[in-house]
Amino acid sequence: MVAIATDGLTKQYVVGFSGRRRHTALDSLTLRVARGEVFGFLGPNGAGKTTTFKLLMQLIYPTSGSAEIFGRPVGDVSVRRRIGYLPEQPYFYDHLTPEDLLDYFGGLFGLDAAERYRRAGALLDEVGITGADRRRQLRTFSKGMLQRVGMAQALINKPDLVFFDEPMAGLDPLGRREIRHLILNLRDRGCTVFFSSHVLADAEALCSRVALLSCGRLVTAGTLSEILAFKVKGWELVVRGLTHAALEHARSLGRILSATPIDSERYALELPPGQAPDAVLADLVQHGASLVSLNPLRDTLEDYFVRQVGQDGCAGAGLAPAAGGEA
Amino acid sequence: MRAIRLVAINVFRELVRDRILYSLVLFAILLIVAAVVVGQLTGGEDIKIIKDLGLAAIAVFGLLMAIFIGVGLVWKDVERRSIYSLLSKPIRRWEFVVGKFCGLALTLLVNVAVMTAVYYLVLAYMGSQATPFQRLAWLAPTVDPMLMVAIGLIVMELTLVTALALFFSTITGPFLSALLTFGLWVAGHFNADLRALETFVDSAPITLIGDVLYFVLPNFAAFDVKAPVVYGQPVPVAYVATTVLYGLVYAAFVLLATVAVFQRRDFK
Repeated sequence: MVAIATDGLTKQYVVGFSGRRRHTALDSLTLRVARGEVFGFLGPNGAGKTTTFKLLMQLIYPTSGSAEIFGRPVGDVSVRRRIGYLPEQPYFYDHLTPEDLLDYFGGLFGLDAAERYRRAGALLDEVGITGADRRRQLRTFSKGMLQRVGMAQALINKPDLVFFDEPMAGLDPLGRREIRHLILNLRDRGCTVFFSSHVLADAEALCSRVALLSCGRLVTAGTLSEILAFKVKGWELVVRGLTHAALEHARSLGRILSATPIDSERYALELPPGQAPDAVLADLVQHGASLVSLNPLRDTLEDYFVRQVGQDGCAGAGLAPAAGGEA
Repeated sequence: MRAIRLVAINVFRELVRDRILYSLVLFAILLIVAAVVVGQLTGGEDIKIIKDLGLAAIAVFGLLMAIFIGVGLVWKDVERRSIYSLLSKPIRRWEFVVGKFCGLALTLLVNVAVMTAVYYLVLAYMGSQATPFQRLAWLAPTVDPMLMVAIGLIVMELTLVTALALFFSTITGPFLSALLTFGLWVAGHFNADLRALETFVDSAPITLIGDVLYFVLPNFAAFDVKAPVVYGQPVPVAYVATTVLYGLVYAAFVLLATVAVFQRRDFK
C-alpha cells in the first residue's frame, strides 16, 4: 500500500522583474513511499526537499505533475486528518503556551476538551516539555524547544503519516537521540515517517529507504543496502608498539596504504581490501607490535552523498541511473 | 464553522494579549476624559462637544486598530511561517481568512463596547453635574440611546475597513497595505464629490470615470451620522438598514476577493 505517491511533480518559480526567467526548484519528482516505512529524504541545501514538503502540504502549488497521499489528492481535508507535519525551523503563535497550541490544533481535528488535554499532556511528556515550560509563552522558547513543540503538534491527531522537515535541526545530542527514539516508536505503531535530514547518520540509523535529491532532481532512491552496496572497501588496523622498521617493511610489501600515528605508541593503519588482515597482523606481531583494534571500512551514506552530489552541490545530479525516474 | 471559530478565538486571544491594543483603549479613555476638561471651558456647549469628541475618538481609535492590526494579521502568519503548521491541519484556506476577519471584527466590537461604556459613563456624569438652566439648552438627552445608532454605523464602517485591510495584506506588505487602506478610507469619505465632478469639469470621460469611481469606491461617508445624532435630529431607520446592508455586502465582496487571492497563493 502506498502512503505517498508523486508523479512528475515539478515546481518552477518566476524570477527577475521581466517574469521570463524561471527557476526550477523541483524537477519531475516521481516517488513512492510505502505505508509503515521510515523514508529519508536527503540532499544538500537548495536540493528541493522543503519544496517537496510544501507541495505535499499544498502550501505551494505544482507547476506540473501530481501528488497523492493515501490515494487522495494532497489538498483533501480528509487526508489532513490523517497526517502530521513539522515544518523546517518551525514557528508558532508566540502568544500561546505549548498547552494552548496543542489545544488549538487539537480543536481543529474536532477532539473534545478532555481528549485534547490528555493528548497534549502525553505528547509534551514524550517530547520532553515538562513542568512550568508547558505554561510559558512560546516567544520565550529556544530553537530546540520549539522543535520539540513542533514534533508534539504534528502528532496531536495520532497521524498515520508524518512529515518531518529537518526534525533534528537545532537539537542537542540528547534531543536528537530522543527524536530518533520517537521516530522508531512511531514506526513501531505502524505510522509512516517521511523525513528530511542533513544528518546522514540519522538516516542510516532510522530509514528503511532513502531518496537523494540534488538541484531539484531525484538522484537515486532505494534501500540503504541497495544504495551503499555494503562491501568492505578496506580495513583499519590499530596497533601498539609498532617499530619504524616493521612499518617500512609492511609498506614495501604493499600491505598497508597509509599509517597515521594516533599517539606516541599507537598507529592507525589502512589496509587495502584485497589484503587479509590476519596475515598482516601476524607479521606485525612478530615484529613486536600488539593489536588494539581491527575494523572493516565500508562505504557510508556520507561517502555516497559526497560522491553523488559533489562539492558544488549539483555535480552528480542526473548522473545516476535513477535520476529523474521513478523511485 | 469550527475551524473559523477556532481561528477567530485565537486572533482575539492574540490581540487581547497585545499591549498595543490596551494602549489604544487607554488613549481613547484619556481622550474622552480630556473632552470633559475641554467641555468645562465652554459655557453651555459642553455636552455637545463631549458627544462629538467621544464619537470621533471611538471612530478614530477603531480605525487605527482596524488598519494597523488588520494589515498585519495574515501577513505576520505568512512572514513568520506560523501558517505552515496551521494549514497542514484540517482547515481550508477560506476558513482561515474568514476566521481571521471574524477574530479582528470581534476584537473591534469588544473594544468599541468598552469605549462606548466609558463614553456613556462620562456623559452620565456630565448630565448629573448640569444645572436646570443648562438642561434647557440641550437639543437631545445626555445619555442618548440614539448615540448607539452612530456607534453601530461606526462598527459597520470598521468592519468594512477590516475587510479592506485584510485584502491588501494578502497581496502586499503591511506598510503599503496600511497606506492603501487609509487612502481608500479617505477617498471613501469624499467620494460624494466624485458625482459632483460634472459641475466643475466639462469632460464626459472624466465625469464617467468619476461616476464609476463613485460606485466602486466604498462610500464611507454614508456611515457617518455623528452630526445629526449629536444635534438630536432623527436618522431614518430605512437609512440605517440600507447603510448596514451596503456595508455587509461590500465587506462580503472584499472577503470573497481576499479568499480568491489567498486560495492560489504560494507560501514560499
